[in-house]
Amino acid sequence: MSTQTGVDAAGRAPVAARTLRTDRWWLQPAITVAVFVAFIIYSTIRAFANTAYYAAPYISPFYSPCLATNCIPGTGELHLVGSWWQLSPALLVLVFPLGFRFTCYYYRKAYFRSFWLSPPACAVPEPHRSYSGETRFPLIVNNAHRYFFYAGLVLNVILTYDAILGFRDAQGHWGHMGLGTLVLLTNATLLWLYSLSCHSCRHIVGGRLKHFSKHPVRYRAWTFVSRLNPRHMQFAWVSLVWVALTDAYVALVASGTFTDPRFF
Amino acid sequence: MSYDAHLRVWRGDAEGGELVDFTVEVNEGEVVLDIIHRLQATQAPDLAVRWNCKAGKCGSCSAEVNGRPRLMCMTRMNTFAAGEPISITPMRAFPVIRDLVTDVSFNYTKARAVPAFSPPPDLAPGEYRMSQVDVERSQEFRKCIECFLCQDTCHVVRDHEENKPAFAGPRFLMRIAELDMHPLDALDRKRQAQDDFGLGMCNITKCCTEVCPEHIKITDNALIPMKERVVDRKYDPLVWLGSKILRRS
Ligand code: SF4
Ligand code: SF4
Ligand code: FES
Ligand code: FES
Repeated sequence: MSTQTGVDAAGRAPVAARTLRTDRWWLQPAITVAVFVAFIIYSTIRAFANTAYYAAPYISPFYSPCLATNCIPGTGELHLVGSWWQLSPALLVLVFPLGFRFTCYYYRKAYFRSFWLSPPACAVPEPHRSYSGETRFPLIVNNAHRYFFYAGLVLNVILTYDAILGFRDAQGHWGHMGLGTLVLLTNATLLWLYSLSCHSCRHIVGGRLKHFSKHPVRYRAWTFVSRLNPRHMQFAWVSLVWVALTDAYVALVASGTFTDPRFF
Repeated sequence: MSYDAHLRVWRGDAEGGELVDFTVEVNEGEVVLDIIHRLQATQAPDLAVRWNCKAGKCGSCSAEVNGRPRLMCMTRMNTFAAGEPISITPMRAFPVIRDLVTDVSFNYTKARAVPAFSPPPDLAPGEYRMSQVDVERSQEFRKCIECFLCQDTCHVVRDHEENKPAFAGPRFLMRIAELDMHPLDALDRKRQAQDDFGLGMCNITKCCTEVCPEHIKITDNALIPMKERVVDRKYDPLVWLGSKILRRS
C-alpha cells in the first residue's frame, strides 16, 4: 500500500500503521458496496429479463418509456425502434438513469470512496500510485452531468405520467386505484426529489448568477433547491432502492405471484 | 473525576520519529490540548506544540487525534473511553518540523497564488455598492479560521505529494469560489480554477467538509458550485453558444 508519495513522503512525520483511525471507518464504504452490488445485480437481471414488466395499469420504471416494437401491448404507442430490436426494451432507455446517477455528484463521492478507494475514508491512504481526479478521460465526462439531469427530467415526467395512468383499472377505465398506484406515485415523487435536489439543478436555476438581486425569481428557485440539496444523498439512496422495489412490485403482480390490492 | 489516560504522542523531527507512550492525568471537562499541556508541564518539557486561543478560533492547534485531523483544543477527552490509547500526531500532509508542529507554508504559497479581489477598473474606492443577497452566499466561507485541516485531509495532496504544485487544496479553491461569487469581482476565475488551481483533481469525496471545525460546507457550497461554473465556461457547448448569441459573459 505504500506509495512513498503520500503520508510516507520524505519530510512528513512517518508512522508505521497504515492508519491510526480506531473507528469503523470501513463500515460506510462496505455498506455502499453491498447496496450498489445488490442493485446492479438486481437491475441487470431485470433489465435483460424482458418479462413481467407490465401489469395493467402499472409499468415497471425500468421499462418506461417502452420504445421498441417488441414492447408488451399497452406499454406505449410510440415505437421509435423497429422490430429489428430483439433484446429487452429496457436496455434502450437505461443509459439515461444510469448516466444520470453515474455522473451525480453524490454517487461520484460514493463510488470514488467505496469502489475506487480514493480515499476509502478520510485520512485513510488510498492505494493508488498516481491520481489525476476528474481531469482526464473518462472521468472528465462527469462534467456532462447537467445533460443527464435534463434527460432525467424528461424521464421524471414520463414516470409521473405512468403513475397517473395507475388511476385506471386493468381495462383502462379511470377513477380507480390500487396499492400499485401508491407504489408508482411514491416512485415518481422520490425521483422528483432526487432530481430537484441535484447540484446541477441548483446551479442551473440560480447558482450560476453573480447577482441574485437582479433575478428575484431565480433567487427564490435557488433558495428552494438549496433547501432540498443538503438531503441529496438521502434522496439518492431512497429513490434508488424504491425504483427497484417498484419494479419488483410490478414483476410480482405481472407474474401473478401477488394480487394488487385494489382500493376502489 | 480524574483518571489516567494512555497517550501515544508522535515525537521526532524531519529526520524521523515515532509514537511515544505516556500516561497523563485527565480531569473532567478537559480537551486533548489540556492533556498535551499537562504532558509538557510534567513529563516532556521539550514537546513542541503550536497553539494560541484554546477556543477553536485561531486555527493553530491542528493535529491528528486517533488518525483524524482535528483541532486539539476542540476535541473533548470524554469522547474517548477511559482506558483507550489515544494517538496524537502532527498533520501528515505537511513536512514535520518537530513533534506536533508542521511546516504549513504550502498553504501560504497557495494563498498568495490566488489573484486578489479585483473590482471593475472604473469603480473608485468608496463607490462600491452591493446587495446583501449577493454577498450573503459566500459569507459562509469567511468563517474559515485557516486551520488547514481540510488541506491536510484532502487525499489529492495528502496521498500524492507530486500533486502539490498543481492543486491549491479545498481552502483556496473555496477562496476562488468566494471571489467568483463576489458581486463586484471582475476577474474570470473559472478557467483559472480548473487550469491553474487543479479544481478538476477534486473528486468531491467531501473529506474537507468532514473535518472543517467551522462546519463550512466546502464541497457542497464552494467546490461543486465552482465545478458547475467551470462546466459553463469549458465543457457546456450550449452555455457557450448562448453566451455568444446573447453576448453575455
Ligand atoms: S472534496 Fe475535493 S477538495 Fe475536498 S477533500 Fe475531497 S477531493 Fe479534496
Ligand atoms: S475551510 Fe475549515 S478546515 Fe479548511 S482551513 Fe478553513 S476552517 Fe480549517
Ligand atoms: S443528481 Fe446528484 S448531483 Fe445531480
Ligand atoms: S488553539 Fe486556537 S484553534 Fe485550537
